Amino acid sequence: MDLDPLLLSRLQFAFVVSFHAIFPVFTIGLASYIAVLHGLFYKTENPAWDRLALFWTKVFAVVFGMGVVSGIVMSFQFGTNWSNFSYATANFLGPVLSYEVVTAFFLEAAFLGVLLFGRNKVPEGVHLFAAIMVAIGTFISSFWILSANSWMQTPAGFEMIDGRFHIVSWTEAIFNPSFWYRFTHMALASFLTGGFVVAGVSAWFLLRKRDVEANKKALSMCLWLLLILTPAQAVVGDFHGLNTLEHQPTKVAAMEGNWETSGNVPLLLFAIPDKDSQSNLFEIGIPNLASIVLTHHADGEVPGISAVPVDEQPPVAIVFWSFRIMVGLGFLMIGVALAGLFLRRKGRVFESPLYLKVLVGMIASPFVAVLAGWIVTEAGRAPWLVYGVMSHAQGLTPSLTGGMALFTLIGYIGVYSVVFLIGAYYLSRVVRNGMLEEPVEVEGEVERPKRPLSAAHTPFDDDTDNSIEGAKA
Amino acid sequence: MITFDLAIIWAGIIGFGIIMYVLMDGFDLGLGILYPFAPDEESRDVMMNSVAPVWDGNETWLVLGGAGLLGAFPLVYSVFLPALYIGVFLMLAGLIFRGISFEFRFKSKKNRHWWNRAFCWGSAIATFAQGAVVGAYIQGFAVEDFVYVGGPLDWLSPFTVLTGLGMMAGYSLLGATWLILKSEGHVQQWAYRIAPKLLLAVLAVFAIVSLWTPLVSMEVRERWLNQLHLIWIFPILALVCAGMLFRAIKRQSEGLPFVMALGLFIFTYLGLIASKWPVIVPPNYTIWDASSAPESQLFLLIGVLFVIPIVLAYTAWSYWVFRGKVKVGEGYH
Ligand code: HDD
Ligand code: HEM
Ligand code: HEM
Repeated sequence: MDLDPLLLSRLQFAFVVSFHAIFPVFTIGLASYIAVLHGLFYKTENPAWDRLALFWTKVFAVVFGMGVVSGIVMSFQFGTNWSNFSYATANFLGPVLSYEVVTAFFLEAAFLGVLLFGRNKVPEGVHLFAAIMVAIGTFISSFWILSANSWMQTPAGFEMIDGRFHIVSWTEAIFNPSFWYRFTHMALASFLTGGFVVAGVSAWFLLRKRDVEANKKALSMCLWLLLILTPAQAVVGDFHGLNTLEHQPTKVAAMEGNWETSGNVPLLLFAIPDKDSQSNLFEIGIPNLASIVLTHHADGEVPGISAVPVDEQPPVAIVFWSFRIMVGLGFLMIGVALAGLFLRRKGRVFESPLYLKVLVGMIASPFVAVLAGWIVTEAGRAPWLVYGVMSHAQGLTPSLTGGMALFTLIGYIGVYSVVFLIGAYYLSRVVRNGMLEEPVEVEGEVERPKRPLSAAHTPFDDDTDNSIEGAKA
Repeated sequence: MITFDLAIIWAGIIGFGIIMYVLMDGFDLGLGILYPFAPDEESRDVMMNSVAPVWDGNETWLVLGGAGLLGAFPLVYSVFLPALYIGVFLMLAGLIFRGISFEFRFKSKKNRHWWNRAFCWGSAIATFAQGAVVGAYIQGFAVEDFVYVGGPLDWLSPFTVLTGLGMMAGYSLLGATWLILKSEGHVQQWAYRIAPKLLLAVLAVFAIVSLWTPLVSMEVRERWLNQLHLIWIFPILALVCAGMLFRAIKRQSEGLPFVMALGLFIFTYLGLIASKWPVIVPPNYTIWDASSAPESQLFLLIGVLFVIPIVLAYTAWSYWVFRGKVKVGEGYH
């Protein structure tokens, strides 16, 4: 069988970007949380906030470092595998992606160092300011990157000259029709990620009766936050979907698993979509509900996948199931947040081992939901790279062979697996070390500016480490 | 008119970014290459400590250059990356492993030898790939109608292997002279001993490349022999730097060798630019052919002009904070 460079490149892009995306969604949420902790400490002077801030800053440092490492690879992906696409869209994507990098540098150069290393060296007010700026910076970064992605989904503000995109209106292009929906949905997703991780880790500490006071505070705060944010995400997601219905009807058709354009469409709970027969082999659904959700009328018309030729149809099963995973997890999150409220009224949130264990388990849920969401978005627009204008096949690097693509695909998987395992292992050590007092600073220790990971002092392997024993005792 | 100006400004910015990258990441990559040859584990600590606070900032110039190219000269981006496909992957993998070994080597004892290995191999591979890129650039690319049409391994020829090895020698020289500046005692003495050998290796490659280049590239031959006599100033200045470098090492001066090594790189770089200018995707495309739309170049310019001074100031500040010698047994843990 011939190796298909197109398929391999798509797999590779999906792999590296998914890998990268895990870290920013977490750091964006966590940065805001750290800023809030600093704010609380600044206002109340309660040392519990300071200890929490210090602990989560260490975690932030490690995750941020991994985000940067994987991000550098991303900025070369467009050129190596999608050179025709890069060349054609450079007038827009070039500046926009550069602005994301430029923002990141500005942020790192100016404020990250102060946040990570300035604890005892600058006044608390300045430290707080740096924390806020880092949080804002992560949002500016995602602003640019999501603008780039949204423009590819719903291109606007350009004209074509000789096969290249030329921007006639920067505002229309940057704030393209799907941008605000995606940005809001993604911002909430980041907060949810931060929230569920912090809640889960606090619950883990509470189960082990470590640092009970501080962790109760953290957990309680998170649960209030999640109570508001989880339903908000569902509402925003609904609007996002309605907007997609307007601009990318085929994608919505695939999310609903609906083949023929018609009214009275059921909301499918389970189905096996089959492209060959252009129908579902099997389905269970709630009558009329999809029509009601999408059009607010029981007989409202929902677009069908078969309305476009087969070679312009996205991979229906992938879109259909990823969408269900995301939405399912969304409702599960709402349920967990509500359960927290219920237990709180009975005064048992912090004592119920079952609930605490559920929270620990939920740590993975936002990450899975985020990846599933991106797969809906990205696979749902296939075969288009720039929706309706340029297909994957047109964007591919012409000189790319299947062998080259396979080589780097395996290579990236190998490199990232090693990096990821090391990072995850190290992160687990940082977390298990918990909120120990900082080691006294060694005389003459050179605290380097900038390098994020060095903000975590946890040793890497056991024979340099005695703090874990200390923690257990 | 405005197109003309912007393309030149951008060529200046990218050119500046590249040489900043080469000089700064050059010496820390060089130390990585020299790593296995260091006399003992203690000197390895010193070597790593002498770059640990700054390497990350050094690398930012690479990312800025990559992103800037897509924004300002998309043709370069969309030809170089496909043409150097495998090399780019190797370079990134090398840089990743080197990067994480900076972080974890000091945090581990039992597994330290693994981090040493990652540091050395990562640095060596990344450097070789960068040198090969320079060679490939001199060779030129098979481009038709703004699209790369060559094969996956065109960039790997005897000539580019030579430039790759040359780059390894050059970066090692930068690393050794940096070490002379930052260390003392037996570590410094070791650096004094290897620096002249590295310099000889660099000069040898320099000579072979100079003789070979006119053979691989017609345009370059034209320019050097018939068009532009002023261009000879660059190799002459480079040789002057090499001479002063020799003397400075003999007299055991501490700062001058590094400065002269920088000079050697800068003049070689200027000579290279002068022999290609204004072609940016050899053999056929100039900076104007490779440009993005003027409104895009302008849009990006605003942000970059705002950020570059800040990054420069920050860089200067971190080198200032970190001035002085790195002592054995000192440093972060
Ligand atoms: C700025 C642009 C951009 C951004 C922010 C993202 N993507 Fe994307 N994605 C692309 C630009 C892109 C692309 C270049 O347009 C790809 C490459 C090939 C393709 O199908 O589109 C793509 C493909 C692609 C595919 C393969 C779809 C298919 O071929 O059927 C998946 C699964 C993802 N991406 C997943 C993600 C995830 C998990 C992201 C989370 C951060 C993400 N993308 C952000
Ligand atoms: C094609 C997609 C992407 C590319 C090319 C890309 C590129 C990069 C690069 C080069 C960096 C490192 C910058 C540095 O050195 O500091 C980075 C980091 C970062 N990226 Fe991305 N990125 C992509 C997707 C995303 C997405 C989808 C998000 C979030 C919505 C995101 C948010 C961030 C953030 C916040 C950082 C800072 C580091 C961190 O927090 O981990 N990026 N990205
Ligand atoms: C609970 C109800 C939810 C609904 C109705 C919903 C709806 C949607 C829709 C329709 C899309 C595709 C947009 C498009 O490209 O056309 C989407 C994408 C996405 N969703 Fe959700 N979502 C929900 C919950 C969640 C949760 C809980 C998370 C993560 C914590 C999440 C994360 C994402 C992400 C990361 C994307 C891709 C980026 C984007 O297009 O915004 N979603 N969502």
